[in-house]
Amino acid sequence: MQRMKQLMSAAAMVALLAAPAAAQVSDDVVKLGVMNDQSGLYADITGPGSVVAARMAVEDFGGKVLGKPIEVVFADHQNKPDIGVNVARQWIDTQQVDAMVDVPTSSVALAVQEVTRQKNRVFLMSGPASSDLTGKACSETGIHWTYDTYALANGTGKALVKQGGDTWFFLTSDYAFGHALERDTAKFVTDGGGKVLGVVRHPLNTADFSSFLLQAQASKAKVIGLANAGGDTINSIKQAAEFGVVAGGQRLAGLLVFINDVHALGLKTAQGLVVTSAFYWDLNDDTRAFAKRFMEKHKGMVPSMIQAGVYGEVMHYLKAVQAAGTDEAKAVAKKMKELPINDFMTKNGSIRQDGRVIRNMYLLQVKKPEESKAKYDYYKVLATIPGNEAFRPMAEGGCPLVKG
Amino acid sequence: MFELLGISPQALFGQLLIGLINGAFYAMLSLGLAVIFGLLNVINFAHGAQYMMGAFVAWFVLEYAGVPFWGALIVAPVAVAIFGVILEQVFIKRLYHLDHLYGLLLTFGFVLIIEGLFRYKFGSSGQPYDNPLPGGQNLGFMFLPNYRGFVVVASLVVCLGTWFMIEKTKLGSYLRAATENPTLVRAFGINVPRMVTLTYAFGVGLAAFAGVLAAPIYQVNPTMGSNLIIIVFAVVVIGGMGSIMGSIVTGFGLGVIEGLTKVFYPEASSTVIFVIMAIVLLIRPAGLFGTAK
Repeated sequence: MQRMKQLMSAAAMVALLAAPAAAQVSDDVVKLGVMNDQSGLYADITGPGSVVAARMAVEDFGGKVLGKPIEVVFADHQNKPDIGVNVARQWIDTQQVDAMVDVPTSSVALAVQEVTRQKNRVFLMSGPASSDLTGKACSETGIHWTYDTYALANGTGKALVKQGGDTWFFLTSDYAFGHALERDTAKFVTDGGGKVLGVVRHPLNTADFSSFLLQAQASKAKVIGLANAGGDTINSIKQAAEFGVVAGGQRLAGLLVFINDVHALGLKTAQGLVVTSAFYWDLNDDTRAFAKRFMEKHKGMVPSMIQAGVYGEVMHYLKAVQAAGTDEAKAVAKKMKELPINDFMTKNGSIRQDGRVIRNMYLLQVKKPEESKAKYDYYKVLATIPGNEAFRPMAEGGCPLVKG
Repeated sequence: MFELLGISPQALFGQLLIGLINGAFYAMLSLGLAVIFGLLNVINFAHGAQYMMGAFVAWFVLEYAGVPFWGALIVAPVAVAIFGVILEQVFIKRLYHLDHLYGLLLTFGFVLIIEGLFRYKFGSSGQPYDNPLPGGQNLGFMFLPNYRGFVVVASLVVCLGTWFMIEKTKLGSYLRAATENPTLVRAFGINVPRMVTLTYAFGVGLAAFAGVLAAPIYQVNPTMGSNLIIIVFAVVVIGGMGSIMGSIVTGFGLGVIEGLTKVFYPEASSTVIFVIMAIVLLIRPAGLFGTAK
């Protein structure tokens, strides 16, 4: 009898502890931490614009979830993994942040993925590109939202190989992102029967590319693949034009080009570039409506695909918190994977077991100056790549969560 | 020999020439710093921001007033030099009698403010600026864009002109005398404070001139100066603080060394100059062309 009583009280204790945890918001607030490059070479494509997008999503959701307020905080990681890790720890340990948002720069994202895994927080990635984030470095609570290096290679890389670009030379940004983009693109080149003739790896944030371009010219490769981003891509393309790379018969493949980069280059220099993107503001009425609202709130700057993705991932996260009845990371991540994604940029999207969001991607081409009718009227759509073809098959990624 | 290095002579000559082009920017910027430090004893950390302002003024007058590149080459340095005069008159002047460190901190503060304002207004990805001299020459071993050729020539003319003016003319001798012993020079009836102000304005104008030259090559963006200024400081330290010829020769020389690094070991291209700086500081603390005071 004594033993029965003990068991009963133990069961009651467990029930008492478990019940509130099933419908509870920790610390009475759902806090989102947007961490990105606020002032450096990626600030225009992520930066303050991502904070604006996150706040728009919170506002549209109604400002409250499960009756508790939603708060958005932000920080600058300066593209340095050590700073990113410190901010993430501080946010989780002392400021009750429930989810990390955006975090561009793959090296920083890979480091933050480890922190969120250890401390059980949701990680909503829009900015980073490395496909390793849903490959060997995948996490149960990490959701890779907007794009990845595999999808970029699959779009731009494959398209150029198909058009006869069978010899490549890479200008690669010398860190996790550049390496992943180069690797994923090289795979499509060799699979398509092409050859990689050479690679040069430049430090992040380089001003002068002439030396590297000269090496690329000397290689006689048909395509020069730019496995870099932001300011580095802008300078590469600008200087390639100056050195007559395109006039000399070689083609430039900007593997990750944002609309903000096209704007900085000017159409005269950027025309003809083939670009893979998850979003373009002028695709349909929904995207135009979002862009209009975004520009009103963000100094007239057009949203990049990363900023558009931040809106989508925050909205989906909040819906999942509501549906799961808790902000506990594993439960929310599980719910996010169950719910379909439908917003202005993603129709009937889904999240795989490895954290990869599956959605359509677009193969775009930069317009000629005379084709552009208005500010930011920069792209024409060459093809829509369906989600099930755009991303790396789950079995090939090597994510330990994927078994059998 | 070339086979031994694993590089063709064509590639080597090409890289040497490109190194020279990049060296032209280092030389022009470090020259301005050397003039300001040599004659005013101020470490002008705002030099990079003033270079950036030069590029932005060029973009601005093109965008809103239709002034082409060649006009901007004159307008932008003058405009930024006027800004320099105001800066010197209102702030820097008050620090001449203090340690170098105060001038450095003040100008560094201005860098943060100026860059922040430009970033807020124009964003970080920069503004487009068309190449005023498109096309180029095929030199056999490389394709030399016309514009880059022009940059090297313009930079050489400006650098040597500045050196000549300071070392060989009467005005230059006044300047040098005024920095040695301002009281005595003033006793001869020369307006030393005004001369100092104009020297600062000239140094700043040089930075802005380099900025205009850079606009068609690099992105015109708010951080273009801070990316470069650290290297330029290393150039000045290697050449010897305040040595005018030293900064010119070192600027071009380091450009070439950096260019070669980009061929042999590109990953190290952003650090090679600092390695050289460390070695020079160990062996000749006053710099290659400097004289220990």
